[in-house]
Amino acid sequence: MPERTPARPADSVVTGAGILLDHVTKRYPGQARPAVDGLTMEIPAGKTVMLVGPSGCGKTTTLKMINRLIEPSEGRIVVDGDDVTQMNGDRLRRGIGYVIQAGGLFPHMTVATNIGIVPRMLGWDRDRIAARVDELLELVSLDPEQYRDRFPKELSGGQQQRVGVARALAADPPVLLMDEPFGAVDPITRLRLQDELINIQDELQKTIVCVTHDFDEAVKLGDWIAIFDEGAQLVQYDTPERILGNPANEFVENFIGSGAGLKQLTLTRVGDVGMAEAILARPGEPARDVLARIVAAGHGHAVVVDSRERPIQWLSRRKLDRLQTIGSTPDPGLPVVGSRATLSDALDTMLVSSAGAALVTGRRDVFRGVIDIKTVMDAIGRSQDTAAMDSTDAPVGLNTGIFGAVTTDEVASADTPGPGTGTGDTPAAQ
Amino acid sequence: MLDFLGDRYEQILFSSWQHFSLVLQCLLMATVLAVVIAALVYRSPALTGVVNSVSAIGLTIPSFALIGLLISPFGFGVLPAVIVVAFFATLPILRNAVVGLSGVAPTVVEAARGIGMSRFRTLVQIELPLAWPIILTGIRVSAQMVMGVAAVAAYALGPGLGGFIFSGLSRLGGANSFESVVTGVVGVIILALVLDLLLVGLGRLTIPRGIRA
Repeated sequence: MPERTPARPADSVVTGAGILLDHVTKRYPGQARPAVDGLTMEIPAGKTVMLVGPSGCGKTTTLKMINRLIEPSEGRIVVDGDDVTQMNGDRLRRGIGYVIQAGGLFPHMTVATNIGIVPRMLGWDRDRIAARVDELLELVSLDPEQYRDRFPKELSGGQQQRVGVARALAADPPVLLMDEPFGAVDPITRLRLQDELINIQDELQKTIVCVTHDFDEAVKLGDWIAIFDEGAQLVQYDTPERILGNPANEFVENFIGSGAGLKQLTLTRVGDVGMAEAILARPGEPARDVLARIVAAGHGHAVVVDSRERPIQWLSRRKLDRLQTIGSTPDPGLPVVGSRATLSDALDTMLVSSAGAALVTGRRDVFRGVIDIKTVMDAIGRSQDTAAMDSTDAPVGLNTGIFGAVTTDEVASADTPGPGTGTGDTPAAQ
Repeated sequence: MLDFLGDRYEQILFSSWQHFSLVLQCLLMATVLAVVIAALVYRSPALTGVVNSVSAIGLTIPSFALIGLLISPFGFGVLPAVIVVAFFATLPILRNAVVGLSGVAPTVVEAARGIGMSRFRTLVQIELPLAWPIILTGIRVSAQMVMGVAAVAAYALGPGLGGFIFSGLSRLGGANSFESVVTGVVGVIILALVLDLLLVGLGRLTIPRGIRA
């Protein structure tokens, strides 16, 4: 998380554009209360903003007003400094990526045609589209040779969703809108797709606005989380750390659900916290020598690694005492986590193992160190400290429905000169 | 029987071709008409209801009665025959086109709009291709039905195999009258089978693999 959060240096390649919703209201005829009421919200360029809230709270309406699939009744939508409220809706949407649940692929078109459809509307030539399709399939981890000419029904749910993301990225739009993108896939595939989206976003730095009802997903993917109540009332708009550590009110607390502390564990990767060294041993060594080494170092265990430095056994003093030489049989129950896993995954693995710690592996499963429960506890403490800090760098987000104080000019002048850079000095909502 | 066929070989072939061509052209016209009407109404539940009732009621009108009614304004000849055949051909296609278009998954349409397709482009590139298998089924039903209707249209002196049937029936018991009727009926059946085969082939060619059942 730390490498993705607020103050990213300006020299990194942000390809996204900032978005401003300016006093946006949506009223449906025949309904007493507006679905979205006077919402003003700034979405910083190159960031992932998650819109969460109970169903029917207007988060999807808010999302669809950004590309004007739903026309706002009042207010302005500003993308990259341009007021897009009056421009041709179809042209606007061609410049904004859109991903829906299950990908929304066109069943009568091949994967390649699906992905190439927006570039074709934009008048790209055939070769350029074909090259772009292959590039995008690589990006979403699908082999172009194998998948290019398949039809959607010949793909699994996860693969369809990947193609959906590829289609949204086809014309390299600065903004990506996602409506419950991973709602229709099984939990394991969902985790993998989330990880992939994080990797893609690290690379591309688009502005992503994503609707979800899954708070854990919001914590995992979001740089910023906007929590909505009925009528798209923006209750809290802040970083995941600060929402977890310092919820604005009881509604947010309830929405977070139990175990806010545990959820903070999903914010940090194992590779980002300190790891303890371990005494290494090789198969074939006399157990007595290894025991002497761990006693000298004051450790309780020794890690046995194979010739490619992959951990195969984890031996306690007592086990070593009973052994003559170190064996080479891998222990299937070894508690191992990858360095890209979250602390939550690590804690899970530790609790299953008897050692109260886990072995961390890096690329190609090479042993990197040991992580124990104390390290995890320290990480929780640190993120609670971060949460207690002032949220002066939070983007603007408020409802005139409740506040009614900020005028259009103030908000607009804070944002329009340099989209996405006006984040720092604007007064925060709460 | 064989003598009858042998003597009128050319006339039978010519009438068969005319019959086939009448049905084919009317079918084409009906398909265009039905798809246009369906595209205009399928998004309104009220209009869809109206169209469905019209096509259900329309099919209960006896074709013989309709052609009788049309003779007084349009006279004898090709025109009333074309009107009757096209009218009956339109109804099943219209019904299927409406069902097919409203059966396209809303998420697919939303995705199309969301990536910047206009209403018209969505209809042409997404909704119609997805509804096409159902529309084509309607065309096949229609084709079978109007083969018979076209035979009845011969009453108004329209072209086709109906002539053999009516002339045979009008002098039943006379020389070759039975042969004449059989020729007409069997000819219509053969044409119907041929056309159905052609339509199945059309389906093979035009329905993308991704949505083939």
